[in-house]
Amino acid sequence: MGDDLVKALVDLDEDKVRDVVKSRLEAGDDPLGIMDDARKAMEVVGDRFAEGEYFIPELVFAGEILKDMTTAVKPYLNKASEQKYMGKVVLGTVAGDIHDIGKDIVGFMLDVNGFEVHDLGVDVPPRKFVEKVQETESPILALSGFLTLAYDSMKETVEALADAGLRDKVKVMIGGGQISDEIRAYTGADEFGKDAMAGVALAKKFIAAE
Amino acid sequence: MEERKWEEMTPEQRREALFEAWLSPQGIEFAGPDAEKAYRERVTRIKDAIELKKPDRVPVFPVIGFFPAFYAGMTAQDVMYDYEKLISAYKKYTLDFEPDAHGGAFNPSPGRIFEILDYQLYIWPGHGVSPNHSYQCLEEEYMRADEYDDLIRDPSNYFMSTYLPRVFKALEPLQKIPPLTGILEMYSAFSAVNFIPFGMPDVQEALQALMEAGNEAVKWIGYVGTHDKEVTAAGFPAFFGGGTKAPFDIIGDTLRGTRGMMMDIFRRPEKILEAVEALTPIAIKMGATAARNNGNPIVFMPLHKGADGFMSDEQFRRLYWPSLKEVMLGLVEQGCVPFLYAEGGYNSRLEVIKEFPAGKVLWGFDQTDMSKVKENLGGVACVGGNMPIDLLSVGKAEQVREYAKKLIETVGGDGGYIMMSGAVIDEAKPENVKAMIEATKEYGVY
Ligand code: B12
Repeated sequence: MGDDLVKALVDLDEDKVRDVVKSRLEAGDDPLGIMDDARKAMEVVGDRFAEGEYFIPELVFAGEILKDMTTAVKPYLNKASEQKYMGKVVLGTVAGDIHDIGKDIVGFMLDVNGFEVHDLGVDVPPRKFVEKVQETESPILALSGFLTLAYDSMKETVEALADAGLRDKVKVMIGGGQISDEIRAYTGADEFGKDAMAGVALAKKFIAAE
Repeated sequence: MEERKWEEMTPEQRREALFEAWLSPQGIEFAGPDAEKAYRERVTRIKDAIELKKPDRVPVFPVIGFFPAFYAGMTAQDVMYDYEKLISAYKKYTLDFEPDAHGGAFNPSPGRIFEILDYQLYIWPGHGVSPNHSYQCLEEEYMRADEYDDLIRDPSNYFMSTYLPRVFKALEPLQKIPPLTGILEMYSAFSAVNFIPFGMPDVQEALQALMEAGNEAVKWIGYVGTHDKEVTAAGFPAFFGGGTKAPFDIIGDTLRGTRGMMMDIFRRPEKILEAVEALTPIAIKMGATAARNNGNPIVFMPLHKGADGFMSDEQFRRLYWPSLKEVMLGLVEQGCVPFLYAEGGYNSRLEVIKEFPAGKVLWGFDQTDMSKVKENLGGVACVGGNMPIDLLSVGKAEQVREYAKKLIETVGGDGGYIMMSGAVIDEAKPENVKAMIEATKEYGVY
């Protein structure tokens, strides 16, 4: 039955996912097992995206199906599931920029790939990023932005991190439509990622190097 | 041109007539014979490039956003509220940088209008955005998923009674206005009843707001018109005569929003197809009418949701391209030159978009591999763009010159290329924008 759910979610068959989840819950199946299958499926979705078989619409739609699924499963979870995370990431769209679609996709893919994501939202001033990094002791800071005004905001955020004495403790990755290696150098970030899966790969690399 | 004659003309004749109007602008007193000569040379240079002939040199047109404001030491807010400042900044840019064409002073929309109408769709400098930055769009599902049929049945009525009242708070009462197609005869049920809503105080307030916005728009266009006249008189043509959008983007950008549209791709693709079909003639008319009114055949079309990564090849061929192609063909039929500004990457779309009659359109690219562009579109369409915005923003002038040189070598060929920035220029170093223009003038001579 697990295969059914994984396959339905990977194929983005919304109705099938709903039916399988419903019948498994009614049959008294372990809700944590169901969520685990969902996680497996999302890994495949991510791989397909990285391989150029799936694109942003598939990621967004898979996220939507997953969200509905989680809502259905939640009442059956008697205690908050203890999820083990691979590492923490502080994420946000930098000051002056209010775009969230790219950031949300990155956050979602990090989440389903086992990262604890602290999403600060959009138009986030440098100070807020620094405070959150201090509070969570997150080793990764992920900055998103898609207007050219974001270049300076990213640079200022990296500088604020240095001013707080955190620069060598935190890896910074940046991304967004008009971000390039040129901009990585300009902002002083460690890496730039061209899409959400690149972000996941970078986060894994950062954690492995720790 | 009289309507009658226009109807009888072939698309080729219409196009020649529009190019002729562009070449000899009406009511312009040139600053001198040199300015007039330079003007005609610039238009001819662009026309030759578009028609895949060899011009005297590669034309150069940086696609400009708020850059002139920042260059003139003003804020984005200044140029959205103070029309004197607006036109002085944009004029200064053109006169100082001497590009082959200017984009008008249209980018910074007049902020007052949007305050009067209480626009919900955007935040802008001093109104949710810092005075120094460009306006930004607030993504929402302003059109709901179950409203496709309303849009398809009667797009104008859907806009008036549902969409506009949602995005302009001051126009909310317009929801009460019945379809105007119900006004048919003297018999009161076919006429008089339709006027009742116009007598309601809240509707009247909304109409009042529209009149106020109208007054502001008239004031603003006076300045913008003066700007255009003055730079034209100095010898600089406007690059385009109008604009329109791909039907898929009309829905995906500001009606359903990116996320909503992406769900629709899976949940209701047949509705998307019906809706883009309904919007196609509207999109053609929007571009063609403006081009004729302004006497300039080029119709700007920024392309958004069909870029690399935004959908699969199959989705592009099925949902995005057919209606876009129809709009392009419809514009060509009206004598226009669609100028497709392909934002993001278009590498995976080149195979599809090359299926088009030769020499009729202009493609501007951002992050697309220009040697592949040349391979696919060479001999089919004039191309431009790819000067990277990141380089213009943080690079050195020497790097910009090198990049321009390389672009000209790669795609300059025997014509059919226009130097353009890949993205709209807001924040950029003035010396870099200058380097882009000067390097083109230097290396771009045929
Ligand atoms: C759709 C779009 C619009 C739409 C909707 C905007 C919106 N809120 O969504 C509309 C039509 C309203 C619009 C309006 C304007 N736009 Co616009 N728009 C775009 C477009 C085509 C796509 C943006 C998008 O939706 N991306 C979708 C998400 C999913 O992609 P993403 O953010 O890049 O995220 C992905 C990756 O970058 C990466 N990523 C993102 N963040 C991070 C972070 C990390 C750490 C990592 C590793 C990876 C990563 O992963 C994501 C998923 O794979 C871009 C061009 C482009 N192709 O990028 C122009 C663009 C951003 N717009 C631009 C402009 C100029 C404007 C306007 C000012 C135009 C005008 N004069 O009216 C206005 C207002 C500004 C605004 N954007 O609100 C320019 C900006 C140029 C500049 N100098 O900054 C661009 C670049 C277009 C261009 N070529 O000129 N726009």
